[in-house]
Amino acid sequence: MENPVTIDVVEQKRLRSPFHARQVELDRLNAWHDWKGYTSPDALYDADLEYFAIRNSTGVFDLTPMTKYRITGKDALDYVDRLVTRDMRKIKPGRVAYAVWCNDHGQVIDDGTIFHLREGEYRLCSQERHLAWLTAAALGLDVDIREETADIASLAVQGPTSYSVLKNLQLDGIEELKPFGLAHFDFQGSELMVSRTGFTGDLGYELWIETAKAEALWDAVFEAGKLHGIRAIGTEALDLARIEAGFLTAGVDFLPAEGTVRPGRSRSPFELGLEWLVDFKKPNFNGRRALAEEKRRGSTWRLVKLDIEGNKPAHHSYVYKTVNRRRKQVGFITSACWSPVCKKNIAIGTVNVPHGETGDELQVEIYYQREMHWSRVMARATVVDKPFWDPTRRRATPPAPF
Amino acid sequence: MTDRYDAVVIGAGHNGLVCAALLAKAGKKVIVLEAAADVGGAARTRSIAEGYSVSACAHLLYQLQPGVVRELGLNVNLAAKKMGTVALAQDGVHVRFNGGKVDGVSEADAANLRAFHRRMTRFADLLHTYLNQPPPRLGGGTSRDWLTLARLGLDLRRLGKTEMREFLRLIGMNIYDEVDERFESPLLRGAISLDAVLGTHLGPRSPNTILTYLYRLCGNHGTLDLPAGGMGSITEALANCARNNGAIIRTGMPVKRIIADNGRAAGVETESGETFDSWTVISNADPKATILTLTGSRHVETGFTRRIHNIRMRGNAAKLHLALDGLPAFNGLEKKDFGDRLLIAPDANYVERAFNPAKYGEYSPQPVLEITFPSFRDATLAPTGKHVMSAIVQYAPYDLRDGWSDAAHEAFLDTTLATIEQYAPDLRQRIIASELLTPKDIEREFRITGGHWHHGELTLDQFLFVRPVAGFAQYAMPLDGLFLCGAGAHPGGGVSGAAGRNAARAILAREKAA
Repeated sequence: MENPVTIDVVEQKRLRSPFHARQVELDRLNAWHDWKGYTSPDALYDADLEYFAIRNSTGVFDLTPMTKYRITGKDALDYVDRLVTRDMRKIKPGRVAYAVWCNDHGQVIDDGTIFHLREGEYRLCSQERHLAWLTAAALGLDVDIREETADIASLAVQGPTSYSVLKNLQLDGIEELKPFGLAHFDFQGSELMVSRTGFTGDLGYELWIETAKAEALWDAVFEAGKLHGIRAIGTEALDLARIEAGFLTAGVDFLPAEGTVRPGRSRSPFELGLEWLVDFKKPNFNGRRALAEEKRRGSTWRLVKLDIEGNKPAHHSYVYKTVNRRRKQVGFITSACWSPVCKKNIAIGTVNVPHGETGDELQVEIYYQREMHWSRVMARATVVDKPFWDPTRRRATPPAPF
Repeated sequence: MTDRYDAVVIGAGHNGLVCAALLAKAGKKVIVLEAAADVGGAARTRSIAEGYSVSACAHLLYQLQPGVVRELGLNVNLAAKKMGTVALAQDGVHVRFNGGKVDGVSEADAANLRAFHRRMTRFADLLHTYLNQPPPRLGGGTSRDWLTLARLGLDLRRLGKTEMREFLRLIGMNIYDEVDERFESPLLRGAISLDAVLGTHLGPRSPNTILTYLYRLCGNHGTLDLPAGGMGSITEALANCARNNGAIIRTGMPVKRIIADNGRAAGVETESGETFDSWTVISNADPKATILTLTGSRHVETGFTRRIHNIRMRGNAAKLHLALDGLPAFNGLEKKDFGDRLLIAPDANYVERAFNPAKYGEYSPQPVLEITFPSFRDATLAPTGKHVMSAIVQYAPYDLRDGWSDAAHEAFLDTTLATIEQYAPDLRQRIIASELLTPKDIEREFRITGGHWHHGELTLDQFLFVRPVAGFAQYAMPLDGLFLCGAGAHPGGGVSGAAGRNAARAILAREKAA
């Protein structure tokens, strides 16, 4: 008997970014992964070289799969102000805010950037998708929430020569753009939004345009950067750069609260070192009551940046502390790498309060493999408070031409 | 310049009045603001024609808490006590019952009803304890919360092994399976099914209808009383009591919004623009109206807003009022039966079939009814020799698919009268005036979102610890100084005064602790 059920052939399981064809032209590795439903490169040529493009010239990263929402309407400001923990009234049109948003229990749902595009018009960018939560947050407010991930192509152009690249693109006034500023430009008849933001902790910009102009923009950027060491990069290079900058990745350094099942697996902003983002002067925001209570009672976890001895990355290591001459396990590492630019073995981890204050001496247990056999070292680790990589060029306005 | 009050109560429903009276009695300066021209909310008497009056929404008293009556020294005049019930049959062979006693059924059914009633009242007593205190808070609760919870467990255990098992078996179950298993008489099955689903968006086969049945019993074992002068007399008495204790009651003052000032309630503003300052604002309105309309979601958090928004509270019961030039002739009904409650629910399947269309936004072509002739026991309600009829008619969904147009309204009235005529053929000839309140009308007249008497369906997921929503069952809302005191809070609807009293206690206890 013939099977009456037919299954449609799925032509394409993963979506392709509007920059995909251009990335494929440059690709030599054929190493791709899934990023929120999109095909995204691990690396295109060589992850280390791509990393050095970020730190020494310009790396270009396809940011399109990043989740994007457009928030408009009469109550847009009230909406974002209640949504996130920081004071959005201070974020004027043309400015960008890094923010976290919490559930009613003060647990972080995600972090991301909020672009105040024009008066009362915002774009929220995040790692995870949040339409259900954002829609619930709109109840009773006059706002419109629209997912625009697939409608907007975006490129991160990051590195010391990125300013020169954009200058070559004839973007008038780009020299005035301050960190966390945004400006609109004309690009071949379309509106190009440029923000001085990024995930590398270096001088850099992000470019946002309608998808129809994506390839034209890519071509123009690479043409403008051809004498400035421009190079397309993949996720591996970006990940190294963001650990150096001390930036967190949702799903790695913390779990989005709405996705956790076990108690105690989500984190508050305090537990992620983001206390500076919480503004109790606001009378109401999601999580305020719980966070005020946590501030009174104290937190359970603390996020730490660690400077570790040796050169073996402390991936997934346990963190120990010697208390009363006994070694006690106090936490674990969530992100780790050897930092080529700092020449340091660095990591981001989570430890139990009261441990992990700046300067605290901890140990991490690093497992490594040599010819199949596993070895283990206990490496000394020092808690540092500043990002590992934070060059002054990141903030200089106008940026220096390189 | 505005006056400052210790508490502002929004709405002079019976719970609002109980709460206000108790706070005033404790020496607080209290003002009650009522939108309507009279106090009472859904417990009100009103005229339907010159000389004819009727209880406008709630019409039988079965839950008024003795504690409330005692504490407030309330003088409750009853026109009838412990009314019986007549389950009407088209052939005139009716079944009459009152509590566990029944006439017109087999010996086996009579014995079964006795056992059934005994068990149900015993289970209801278990819930009764919790009627008159805030439900314990789970997780992060105080020692008092744990004690209450422990006692709930202990009370449950004290039922004995068999009865505890039976309680746990029944509590989530539907009434249909229970009556189907237990009774032969279709009339008895229908009548008990109807009691379980009155005022809900549930049919007898819906899970949870044992709980709604127990809730009906847990006030005063389900005994039905008829207040003299209609339900309005109860709230009049409460209002007088509140005034005597020093509370101010102002009617015709619809509240526009609850003023939130820097994260806490600071008073209310009326539609007319008057403001009343107080650090304690108590809402007798339903949770949705209180939070979404009066407070505004921007002053509370998203998760809480979402839960409030998702409370199920679509009314499904209509109210029929008739002014009659005499008692209609019901087949096989004796004159004295008019003093009892008459039910049109000839069997459990009939009730379920009446519910079926409601799921799809249509009203019942053969509705179920709870009928009373209050004027039979209370001559003040109608001119001599004349009568009024008050009936609850189900099912009439709030969200009627094509809307409650005048034509739909007319058609449902006609359907309802035609249904009663199957039992009382001369009904229409007796009608002097009629009035049908659909849930839409109830929403508008009594300012209850969705026109649901209970301010939220009484189901396990909206009951006890999670009423109105999880984490906020102890009357305090997440805006500091804002409290609920109405049916939307624990324990729920019915003219019991329990929610109002519990809220007053919670507010006074909080003040003491601060």
